[in-house]
Amino acid sequence: MSEKTVSETKEFWRWKEYRWHDESMDWKSAAIISAGVDIGSVSSQAVILLDGKLYAFSNQRTGFDSPESANNAITWAMENTGMSLDDIHYTVGTGYGRVNVPFADKAITEIACHARGGNMMYGNTVRTILDMGGQDCKAIRCDERGKVEAFLMNDKCAAGTGRGMEVFADLLSIPIEEVGDISLTVEEEPDPVSSTCVVFAKSEASALLREGWPKNKVLAAYCSAMAHRVVTLLERIDVVKDFAITGGIAKNRGIVSRIEGELKLKSLKTDYDSQIAGALGAALFGQALEKKRRK
Amino acid sequence: MKANYGYTDGSGDFFITIDTDKCDGCGDCVTACPGGVFETGEDPHDPFREELVAVVTEEQRKKIKYTCAPCKPDHDRPDLPCVAACKPDAISHSW
Repeated sequence: MSEKTVSETKEFWRWKEYRWHDESMDWKSAAIISAGVDIGSVSSQAVILLDGKLYAFSNQRTGFDSPESANNAITWAMENTGMSLDDIHYTVGTGYGRVNVPFADKAITEIACHARGGNMMYGNTVRTILDMGGQDCKAIRCDERGKVEAFLMNDKCAAGTGRGMEVFADLLSIPIEEVGDISLTVEEEPDPVSSTCVVFAKSEASALLREGWPKNKVLAAYCSAMAHRVVTLLERIDVVKDFAITGGIAKNRGIVSRIEGELKLKSLKTDYDSQIAGALGAALFGQALEKKRRK
Repeated sequence: MKANYGYTDGSGDFFITIDTDKCDGCGDCVTACPGGVFETGEDPHDPFREELVAVVTEEQRKKIKYTCAPCKPDHDRPDLPCVAACKPDAISHSW
C-alpha cells in the first residue's frame, strides 16, 4: 500500500485573530474599569472600558474549553497594558459560554448585551439590530437607551450564520474574508439556492459547480438565500429604522448588501469592530453595575 | 419586551411570544402547561428588572413544536391552556 503525503491543508474559513488597545489612555487614572467577555460558539471577545470609554479589546476563536477561552481572551486584551485581572472592578460574561467565565461577577444574555453594545457602536438612533453570529442569528429591537423591546433568536439551524459561510468558503477554496466581495462580482444575480439548510445548500452548490457555474455565481446564489432567510426572521420583530448588523457577517459585503436590498433599508456604518458588540455591551453593563454597587 | 422563544427550521416557524411588559410573573402558565414549557425567574434579557417574569425553559426552547403538539389538534382546537391561564394576556403562539 502506498500513501500519498497529505499536502498542507489550507483552512479557508480561518480568519485572523487580533487585539487592540488605545495607547493614549492611562488605565491607572480611571475610576471604573469594567470588562465584558463574550464567549461565542465560534469566536471569543474581551472588551475593557475605562469609565465607559473603549480602551482595549481582543478577538479570537473559541476553544473547546470555555473557561480557558475566557482567560485567553481577557489576557490577550490586557497584553502590553500592564493591567492584571485584579485591576478590573467589574466583569460581565455573555454569549453561549457566559456561565463558564470563571472571573466574571455576573452573566448577562447576549441579547441584552448586543442591544446595549449596538447602541454605543451605532449611536442611539439604532432600533433594529441583526446579530449574525457564528452559529446563531438574533434579531433585536431596542429603544434609544439600548433596552431590548423585542427579540428573536434562531440557534436551531445554521442557515443564516457564520458557520454556513465557512462551509462555502471551504467548498470553493476562497478565504472567508473574500467571499462577500467575490459574490458581488456577478453580472446578473442568479436565483437563490432553494435549500436554506446549510448541508443541503452545499449539495445543491456542488451540483451547480458540476453544471459549470463559476464560483462567484454559486456564492451569489448562496448569499441571497442566506439574506432572504434572515430577513424573514427580522420581519417577525418588525424592522424599524435605523437598522444595523453586528457579528462577523457584518463584515461580509455580499450578505449585507443583499439584506439591505431585501429590506430596502441601508444599515448603519461604524468605526468599531462589528464583532465586539456583545462584549462591549457586557462591559457597559459592568460599568453600570459597578456604579450601582458603589452607591 | 416581546420575548420570542423558539426557532425556525425547514418545517416552519415555532415561537412562543411572552410580552414581558404585561407579564407579572404570577406563574399561572407554569401550572397550566402540561408540557412544562414555562418557568418564572429573573428576566434574563433585562438585568435591571426586579419583578419575576415567565420564560420558556432552556430545555424546551428547541422542541416546542413537539411539546405543544398535544394542545394543538387539527380541528376543534380548544384555547391553549397557557394562553387561557394568562390573565394579563401576555402569551401568544406563532403557529
